[in-house]
Amino acid sequence: MDINVVAQLNSFLAAFVLLTAFGMLVQRRMYGLVHLFAWQGLFLSINTAIVGFVAGKHHLYISSLLTLSLKVFLLPYILHVLIQRLKVHKEVEVVENVPMTMLMGIALVIFSYYLMSPVTQLSTLVTRSTLAVALATVMIGLLMMITRKHAVTQIIGFLAMENGLFFAATSATYGMPLVVELGVALDILIAAFIFGIFFFHIHTTFDSLDVDQMARLKEED
Amino acid sequence: MILSPINIISSSVLLLLLSVAIVPLLKSNQRLLINTSFMLSSLASLLGIAGGVWAVGGGITNKLILPIGLPDLPFHLRVDPLAGFFITVICLLSFFVSLYSVGYIKGYLGRRPVTSLVIFYCIFLAGILMVVLADDALFFLIAWEVMAAASYFLVMFEDERIENRRAAFLYMIVAHVGAIAILLSFGIMAGLTTGFESFNGYTFDAMRQAEFPLKWATAAFLLAFFGFAAKAGVVPLHVWLPEAHPVAPSNVSALMSGVMLKTAIYGIVRVSFDLIRVFPWWWGAIVLILGLISAVMGVLYALMQHDLKRLLAYHSVENIGIILIGIGLSMIFTSFHMPLLSALALIAGLYHTMNHAVFKGLLFMGAGAVLHATDERNMEEMGGLIHRMPWTAALFLIGCVSISALPPFNGFVSEWLTFQAFLLSPALPSPLLKLLIPLGAALLALTGALAAACFVKAFGVTFLGHWRGHRNPRVHEADWFMRSGMILAALTCLLLGILPTLFIDWMDIIPEQLAGSKLRISAGEYNWMWLTPVAPERASYSGLIVFLGILLVVVAAYLVLHIRPGAIHRAPIWDCGFGKLNQRMQYNATSFSMPIRRIFGFLFNIKEQVKLTPRAVHKAFPKRLNYYLRIRDRFWNWLYKPVVEFSFRVSRKVGLLQQGRIQAYLIYSFITIIVLLVFSR
Amino acid sequence: MKLYRFIIEILQIAILLGVAPAFTGWVRMLKCWSQGRTSAGIFQPYRDLLKLFSKDVLLADNASWIFRFTPYLVFGTAVLAGAIIPMLSLELPIASTADVIVLVALFAIARFFTALAGMDIGTAFGGMGSSREMTIASLAEPAMLMAIFTVSLASKSTSLSQMVHVIYSGQTVLRPSIVFALLAFVLIALAETGRIPVDNPATHLELTMIHEAMILEYSGRHLALIEWAGMMKLFLFVMLGVAAFAPWGIAESGDIVAISAAFIFMVLKLVIVGIVLVMIETGLAKMRIFRLTEFLGSAFLLATLGMLSYFILE
Repeated sequence: MDINVVAQLNSFLAAFVLLTAFGMLVQRRMYGLVHLFAWQGLFLSINTAIVGFVAGKHHLYISSLLTLSLKVFLLPYILHVLIQRLKVHKEVEVVENVPMTMLMGIALVIFSYYLMSPVTQLSTLVTRSTLAVALATVMIGLLMMITRKHAVTQIIGFLAMENGLFFAATSATYGMPLVVELGVALDILIAAFIFGIFFFHIHTTFDSLDVDQMARLKEED
Repeated sequence: MILSPINIISSSVLLLLLSVAIVPLLKSNQRLLINTSFMLSSLASLLGIAGGVWAVGGGITNKLILPIGLPDLPFHLRVDPLAGFFITVICLLSFFVSLYSVGYIKGYLGRRPVTSLVIFYCIFLAGILMVVLADDALFFLIAWEVMAAASYFLVMFEDERIENRRAAFLYMIVAHVGAIAILLSFGIMAGLTTGFESFNGYTFDAMRQAEFPLKWATAAFLLAFFGFAAKAGVVPLHVWLPEAHPVAPSNVSALMSGVMLKTAIYGIVRVSFDLIRVFPWWWGAIVLILGLISAVMGVLYALMQHDLKRLLAYHSVENIGIILIGIGLSMIFTSFHMPLLSALALIAGLYHTMNHAVFKGLLFMGAGAVLHATDERNMEEMGGLIHRMPWTAALFLIGCVSISALPPFNGFVSEWLTFQAFLLSPALPSPLLKLLIPLGAALLALTGALAAACFVKAFGVTFLGHWRGHRNPRVHEADWFMRSGMILAALTCLLLGILPTLFIDWMDIIPEQLAGSKLRISAGEYNWMWLTPVAPERASYSGLIVFLGILLVVVAAYLVLHIRPGAIHRAPIWDCGFGKLNQRMQYNATSFSMPIRRIFGFLFNIKEQVKLTPRAVHKAFPKRLNYYLRIRDRFWNWLYKPVVEFSFRVSRKVGLLQQGRIQAYLIYSFITIIVLLVFSR
Repeated sequence: MKLYRFIIEILQIAILLGVAPAFTGWVRMLKCWSQGRTSAGIFQPYRDLLKLFSKDVLLADNASWIFRFTPYLVFGTAVLAGAIIPMLSLELPIASTADVIVLVALFAIARFFTALAGMDIGTAFGGMGSSREMTIASLAEPAMLMAIFTVSLASKSTSLSQMVHVIYSGQTVLRPSIVFALLAFVLIALAETGRIPVDNPATHLELTMIHEAMILEYSGRHLALIEWAGMMKLFLFVMLGVAAFAPWGIAESGDIVAISAAFIFMVLKLVIVGIVLVMIETGLAKMRIFRLTEFLGSAFLLATLGMLSYFILE
């Protein structure tokens, strides 16, 4: 493949990753969120494969397959089941002031670009320009965790952040060593299970998954 | 005397002062007084226009030193193209307004003496002209004070109302805080120019020669910007403006909004581009950001108003913001050494200055005509005036279309140029600016669209529909003097809109002198028809063709549809078959802006209450329903209230010195003398 | 040669006037099919217009000249815009009258006067429609400008024919920024032309209508002009989108073959856009008015992301 075409595909996928991140930021429905998350995983996985091809690093194919199976199928499936078991699939979350959240997201993108522009100038990789997008994805995931109240959406925010980190690793250094990636994937998987178990407990204790309920845990004077 | 721009303009100022001098002679015959003095001031305005146009068109710079003033500190006068441009703008509007005033002021006859109004009107105009003529800090500040004081008395003209006195007082305070800042700024520059031992640094010429170290230049610029921003009503220093402008007589409101604010713009351009000349990009960024905030906040505040003149006053805040956007962009481009782009942005800002003067003057004159006819400023009490005041309605509509930035009128040209300047910002070398400046363009677009919404509201509620009011005054159309002032202003709006190339070619010398490049707005065949900033393939606009094209299609469609004698039957309102409509069921100003109030409500301090009177058969059919809405400026609580409270506390402390006993005062003087003697030993 | 270019110009206006109702008819026809109804055929809008033109005008008692002038003005701006947007050929003699920003402003004039006409009679519906229309317009405007900004970044121009030239010369390969701008443009166009989910062109349910509420009191030839202009506006927005994002087929020169090919391409594109439009409209429900901030906020977001990705990724 022509290097220009690859760069173009890469930036397209980066743009879509960013778009899904913004989509998750403002999506109200649970299933919608899970679907967006799966799409983001798909874009990441394709991107990893392409980067692996152009850089000639074959371990990236494995990592791409891992992403595909884990983030496009397994984790969304777990979340799906979780949502169904917890009977929250009909819950529509209140998102405060959507346009304002979007503007904050835009500000974060600009900030990441500002932060990353010196790095971008030094790097010679094809994927260097997507670094800012990766950082922005991480930050938007964090913003999502801050603006949401529901525990499940917070998890998705957390996973989206991880996606951003993974993306950053791919675009900054053509991926981490395989061992690290396998470890991270395992961590994510286990984390998802633990979260699931915790949610059941939270749900039975508080009869809700609204994390604002946690405020009840504070010390009374 | 040699015929030169500066002599013509000076004689115009002299003519204005002369008409002040003859007022006492005519005091007994008020009608004659109005006719003569306003005719004289329109004559003076014509002289000013001639001088200004000549100075800009010829690219002439004249100087004059008057041997008056303080000993060894003579007054310096100077006319260069920049000053000439502002003088043209000022005199253009003051010509229209003076004509209008002949009719408008007669409305006061029999109610109150107008002598003071006439006197201060002329002094006010002379003061504005002197500000622009001044070429040294001393004369500038004196002229500035003359202008401020005269306008204070004009705001106070109807001083029996407490709101007028309050507004005038607030205006006076802000004007003086600003004046102090300007004084300090000039002090810094003069001190750096020649040191503090000699006073020769007070002339602008000396300042132009000097090189300022960045730290001091920044201090001088920030002080000057603060002072001028206070005069221009830049958010957050805008609170006085919507209080003071509406309560002045309408002809004065037109001048205050239309041209007095422009002296502040003049000051900003003069200080930054001409006196300091070299500056870092973030000065421009400050101007740009405050301009954007003023533009958006100004129009949002305006949307919340239901007092016609107050609404217009808030729009001045908005338009000053738009002008500052152009100037701020120009400063940013200048600091990155991009003369062509800088010229484009500067022209955009200055062209909007001229446009705003004309259409805001027109709108205030129209509002004055409505006020004159109905004795009402509250739009909720108006409606349907288009039937009884057709001339005023049509002319006011032209003002509305112009200020809403709709082609082919003039407001659009300057906003379009500003957009083009925004669109060229990707050429900037700084990555952060590249990403942030386009968002400013989006804010400007928001401002333009909101302004259109606001003027649909202003025109629709005032002139369309049925009369909403409780009173039923005898409404009459404005007389021919008032009409002629408005007609001329409306024609100017159209001309500035459809032939912008002529005017921009005329003023192209200004960016050449200040920003280092001409814009050369037009290129190619029939170049006077196309507005093509930078390059014809980049963007082009022809107001003339838009105007003629629409006109042609409208006329053609009208003729085609009237070949068959079209039958038009008048019928009662249909309204989806609902009967029993009355005029209280119309949309009014408050209901019109309700969606926008809900969307942008978080920017204001809003208190909204609906009260049902209990004696109702059912909740859905209350006997009476009271709706209460109060919208406050958040800035008042954030910024001004602490200052007010602080100054009250301090003055109470100081007030303890007031004993009312003469011995105590003698002791104070005695102590002062002793302390001074100790120090000066 | 000059004269020939003017003939193309006139041809283009004729196509605008003639084809716009057919496009509306096509959309309505598809919609009927998608809802399992029998359609009235592609030519029904012509019959409607003809009927309205032949009827007398019923004018409310207190209608002023603004009310009577507005239909002509709305019609005039639509025709002028049609003379400027390249539909068949780039060789339009008055194309440089207006760039995209001016075109948007031309539609804004029509909107301004329609809103005034809505307030002229003094009914509650008219005022409601005007108020909502101006609110939506003011939210759509920043997004529109941002989309224009993004597109003009690639072509270094806001003039439509220049944009087409740049795309033809192959300087712009497919870019993420253009894709984002296109998505934003679709959302804005839905809002500006009053389609679902923003406004429902088929409804006369009092509380939900926006555009219809303003023109409620119109009848006879006035209504015909406004309806016709509405159809032209929809058509023009499609043409605007086509010229900015997918101009392939528009003739660069003025010879007959190229122009007839351009006409065929145009019809094809209209057919496709009609199908897409109906799919969007069938898939969505009309939104609550205060949800529109989010809808238009998304348009703004997309356009801004387009601008950002131009700088960051390209």
